[in-house]
Amino acid sequence: MSHYSYIALIPLLPLASFLILGLFGRKYFKTFSGTIGTGSLLASAILSLYTAYQYFFIDGKVNGVFQKIIALKYTWLQFSPNVSIDMGIILDPISVMMIVVVTFVSLMVHLFSLGYMKGEERFATYYAFLSLFTFSMLGLVLSSNIFQIYMFWELVGVSSFLLIGYYFEKPSAVAAAKKAFIVTRFADLGFLIGILILAFYSGTLDFGVLIERLTATQSSQYISITSASFLGPSMLTWGLTLVFIGGAGKSAMFPLHIWLPDAMEGPTPVSALIHAATMVVAGVYLVARLFPVFSIDVTALQIVTYVGAFSALLAAVIACTQTDIKRVLAYSTMSQIGYMMFALGVSKYGGENGLGYMASMFHLFTHAFFKSLLFLGAGAVIHLVHSNEMKDMGGLRKLMPITHITFLIACLAIAGIPPFSGFFSKEEILLAAYQSNLLVYGLAVFTSGLTAFYMFRLYYSIFWSREALVHDTHHGEGTFSMKLPLIVLAACALVAGFVPIASLVTSDGAALETHIDIKFSALPVILAILGIALATFLYKTKSDRASNVAEGFGGLYKAAYKKFYIDEIYLFITKKIIFNLIGRPAAWIDKNIVDGFMNLLATTTGKISELIKGFQSGKVQNYALYFFGGILGLAVLFIYFWN
Amino acid sequence: MNEITITHILFVSTALFFIGMYGLFTRRNMITMLMAVELILNSVNINFVAFNKYQYPGKLDGVFFTIFLITIAAAEAAVAIAIIINLYRSHNSIDVEDASELKY
Repeated sequence: MSHYSYIALIPLLPLASFLILGLFGRKYFKTFSGTIGTGSLLASAILSLYTAYQYFFIDGKVNGVFQKIIALKYTWLQFSPNVSIDMGIILDPISVMMIVVVTFVSLMVHLFSLGYMKGEERFATYYAFLSLFTFSMLGLVLSSNIFQIYMFWELVGVSSFLLIGYYFEKPSAVAAAKKAFIVTRFADLGFLIGILILAFYSGTLDFGVLIERLTATQSSQYISITSASFLGPSMLTWGLTLVFIGGAGKSAMFPLHIWLPDAMEGPTPVSALIHAATMVVAGVYLVARLFPVFSIDVTALQIVTYVGAFSALLAAVIACTQTDIKRVLAYSTMSQIGYMMFALGVSKYGGENGLGYMASMFHLFTHAFFKSLLFLGAGAVIHLVHSNEMKDMGGLRKLMPITHITFLIACLAIAGIPPFSGFFSKEEILLAAYQSNLLVYGLAVFTSGLTAFYMFRLYYSIFWSREALVHDTHHGEGTFSMKLPLIVLAACALVAGFVPIASLVTSDGAALETHIDIKFSALPVILAILGIALATFLYKTKSDRASNVAEGFGGLYKAAYKKFYIDEIYLFITKKIIFNLIGRPAAWIDKNIVDGFMNLLATTTGKISELIKGFQSGKVQNYALYFFGGILGLAVLFIYFWN
Repeated sequence: MNEITITHILFVSTALFFIGMYGLFTRRNMITMLMAVELILNSVNINFVAFNKYQYPGKLDGVFFTIFLITIAAAEAAVAIAIIINLYRSHNSIDVEDASELKY
């Protein structure tokens, strides 16, 4: 127990609000359930800011290196003297950074929802689910035990499922919720097996001990896990890759990304919270949490790198063609998370080589602000025009000036234009990629140009393009509670780049020197400006230039518009191959063999009882006769056969 | 004139027992069945008395048992007749064939 034990309150306050609102909200707090949820989260946010201050500036540092602090630890399940599942709270730079990000973004989303969800029938339920999600996410980032993180991981999945399916009257929302749950659950199977492999060889579930044992090259655990192999790669590679599959599922990495665009069926503030800033970065967080182990396994890191880089590019290409504004944002999220992933992949542990790790966390930090801002801005737009489609928008800049300005700031930030926050973090990522892998660097630079292009395509389609169609501004831009988060987040998107993450969050805890090299930054910035210019040329005014360009690309445009048919491939594999080759035979065996055996048992028993039930005639004399017969039989037995 | 031996008496009691048994199994009227049961009991009584007289002339255990059995038979008759009356009230008959609801 340390004086940090108050940190338990940070996740527990949202849990309390979930319980109160979930149990009594609909009956008693119908109107001010939003206030309760927001209030508890405000307290959490203040506590986490205080924690961050305490940790980063007062006593987290020993000899210039940030320490891992176990703030709380309860043994929950003791399997053997050495293996136990603990419930604990770990404080290290990434978890402290994450609680600040999660509580802050969640607070903004809670505030925004006050106006956005006003008048909803299930308002209290909505806030209960939001609180549950925040609780699970905070529990996830604070976990000190790999099994604890798995439990919160699943809780996050469940609350995401509940929130995506919030409009459960819509069949598409129900389908999206199921899809998200099944895809991530499928990935979590990999995660679980990965946990079991790592835990089996290291003999512990505790993060600290696990990392310590698997990174010491002389330890018996390290020798056993690297010498054991399965189908070629060592067990260490297998374990880490499987853990990464779990992370890839949550973080929507190719090929497990298919749930993320569909998840946009949920309420827009939910997308801002879950599918932009918090849950989708859980995979990145997981890799970062186990990074010391990842960094000694080259194969696993390469998988992380290439999956991340490929997802970044693929998502950016798809984002250029989508017309649903939330889907554009979803693909851009996937693309940005791809950046964080490959930044981790190209990194090494410790010192100057840990640049990629720091860059990844930095990008996670800045991305959380500008991406949730983009989603909330899109939410405000959707609130006004009641549609997700670009064709229903255009020319909204005069109707919603605040949304317009804040959205522009977020677009500039994600495009990587200095001095907005995205520039700094993307710069570090590109530098890290440049230092270790030129192919990935090339992909990343190209993607950053694409990012600028599709973000400004989105921006112009919403706010310029033509005269506004909607003149019905009965609620204008929305309430003050909707504008305030936009302004606050825009301020963050402006200044977050100046937060000295490099000296706070690094792979080994020691501060890292960073500098912006103008010659190096010139290329991505010029590409971004070119992308913006192209988008301006094509979309600022209504013209058929855009459709001409689209036709020029022909098949590529169509394929990207159809998301490269990945959904169709999945459907083909599941419906045609898995259902026919595995599902049907399994159903046949179940119906005919398993059920048949049970039915045989039942009918045999029935027939036998049919046979012998005649003895029970209900006639007293028959019974007396049996009785007499029995006595006679016994008498014969005792007299003649019994010695 | 030959003396009456235990075999004679056992013959009578066995005859009585099987007459009772026959009555119990063939008659459907419950009163008759009760009478048949009394016959069986009495055959047992005869056995008790006979064995007492021929095997242990100095003792009275068999006689006591007989008296005991007669008492029990009286009690049993009372209970049986109560059952028969109830059966008659509910089924309007004292035929055992009519009271076979207890089957399966």
